[in-house]
Amino acid sequence: MGSSLAAPDRGAVEQTVALDVRGVTKRFKRRAWRAPGRGRVPVRRQHTAVDDVSFRVGAGEIFGIIGSNGSGKSTLVRVLSTLLIPDAGEVLVFGRDALHEPLSVRPLLNRVSADPSFFRAMSPMENLLFFGRTYGLPGPEVRARSDRILRRLGLEPAKVDEPMLRMSRGQQQKVAIARAFLTSPRLMLLDEPTTGLDPRSRRDVQAFLTEVRERDDVAILLTTHDMEEAELLCDRIAFLAGGRIVAEGTPTELRRQVAARRGVAEVDMESVFMELTGREIEEDEESDDDG
Amino acid sequence: MTTARGTVGLVPRRAKPRRVALGWAFVERQTNLWKRYWAWELVWLVYGVVNTLAITFIAKEAGRTGLADPAHVRDLTLFLLIGTLAWAYLSAILDDMSLVIMWERWEGTIEHTFMTPVSRVVHLLGMSVFAVLHATIRTALILACSLPFFRINLEHADWPTAALVVVVGSVSLVGLGICTAILPMLYPERGEQMSFMVQALVLLVSGVYYGIDILPGWLQAAAHLSPATYLLRGVRAAVIDGSSVAHQLRTLAILVVFGVVMVPASLALFAAAERWAKKTGRLKRLG
Repeated sequence: MGSSLAAPDRGAVEQTVALDVRGVTKRFKRRAWRAPGRGRVPVRRQHTAVDDVSFRVGAGEIFGIIGSNGSGKSTLVRVLSTLLIPDAGEVLVFGRDALHEPLSVRPLLNRVSADPSFFRAMSPMENLLFFGRTYGLPGPEVRARSDRILRRLGLEPAKVDEPMLRMSRGQQQKVAIARAFLTSPRLMLLDEPTTGLDPRSRRDVQAFLTEVRERDDVAILLTTHDMEEAELLCDRIAFLAGGRIVAEGTPTELRRQVAARRGVAEVDMESVFMELTGREIEEDEESDDDG
Repeated sequence: MTTARGTVGLVPRRAKPRRVALGWAFVERQTNLWKRYWAWELVWLVYGVVNTLAITFIAKEAGRTGLADPAHVRDLTLFLLIGTLAWAYLSAILDDMSLVIMWERWEGTIEHTFMTPVSRVVHLLGMSVFAVLHATIRTALILACSLPFFRINLEHADWPTAALVVVVGSVSLVGLGICTAILPMLYPERGEQMSFMVQALVLLVSGVYYGIDILPGWLQAAAHLSPATYLLRGVRAAVIDGSSVAHQLRTLAILVVFGVVMVPASLALFAAAERWAKKTGRLKRLG
């Protein structure tokens, strides 16, 4: 799929393109059992989780990746987060090579995943202090900024010194979002950040993302299977199926691709997804990231 | 782009942070965890004291029943006491280092920690500093709780030399600890048990509760590959015989060589294991 962002030369790309993903492929080998006649024989199977994926995200843009479970979204986010080494392809973050210079790329990005993982016995503030310090922020600054972000996200101030394990999932996810934005990322990777949240928490998070994008010019890559959220937040959307990007464009462009046959008013994003990918959004594909 | 930054979640970009400050993040985090899990620490302290007493009382029993010459009971008591304390110290370091991967897997934080802009060398050295401090405090508390149970004359002990041997020996123990931390990364299901196995082998060959001379020849050869053997030898010589630094130069030199070889080698091994885990997707796997 072609990207709407032009990249005439490397110098220009560094200023306008936050994330440039070129032909990324990730395969996992796994052991399976075959039963030829008598007895089971171990065989090595190869599963392609991400298959020749290319796209670009501009500075200040929210780019959505929609796919069903197992479509390769989380594997792709792990590659972009420098946590998985792909078998092929290139990832440039503001022009820096994420695969060969991960330490120079990591200060520019951060991530929120569906599972808000923390040191559960520690308080939100202790967790944020740790993660803030690893990005070179002094303690008082971490405290001040954490208070501000958590208040903005609607977390009660009394909660910041309680152990994380006493907090609800929605509250933990707000701390996860604070952890990610605390470090001044220029590229944010959001892997299903609102999954499992109650409607109010979801609205709080969505409003925060919109606000940050508008004020701070952060590029956001958002993976989700929530069509409404994708349409609400994303400037452009790509559909991922079987590890491949099968369609990409603005929500309106994607609707038009299907509407030619049925009329724009009749087409919702879920129908667009089903028609362009040949799958339902709730349909599970093969697990995408086991090793 | 930077003019509006900092309104909600972002802070202005700052100069490259100092490595010491980045490493300190891990010391502070482990200290916070230690405070939150104080009951576990208490359990380990009680276990350490009971273990020390149970083993060191063997010397008393040997003196009472005539198995040991009464003139040597003091030396035997000190020999066993130093062995149990050194083991408490060494196992605390190895335990803390093996948690570099395991603890983060339990909590699910491993990916967040590994995508921070901290080099792995700084990360591991930060964890090592905490491990050494933690082991020192725990061992000192075990010593303080155990000493009143024995009448030991320590006037011949050369404490500065003993401390120097522990400091120099700790460097190689950190190297050993980093090696054990690799196992849970390579083997998500069995790595924890494998790191216990490494500890057990070190316990067997290093002369913790007996001299290595009684071991079969091939195990004696293995004993010379364990830095704990030299650490124990040096501390015992300083505390029991009052051996000074001048008399322990050989032991100290061997420990320095162990440290110089083991720390860079273990860091290189860890880097190779991390790369492999990132290729195979094992970094985040729980088992």
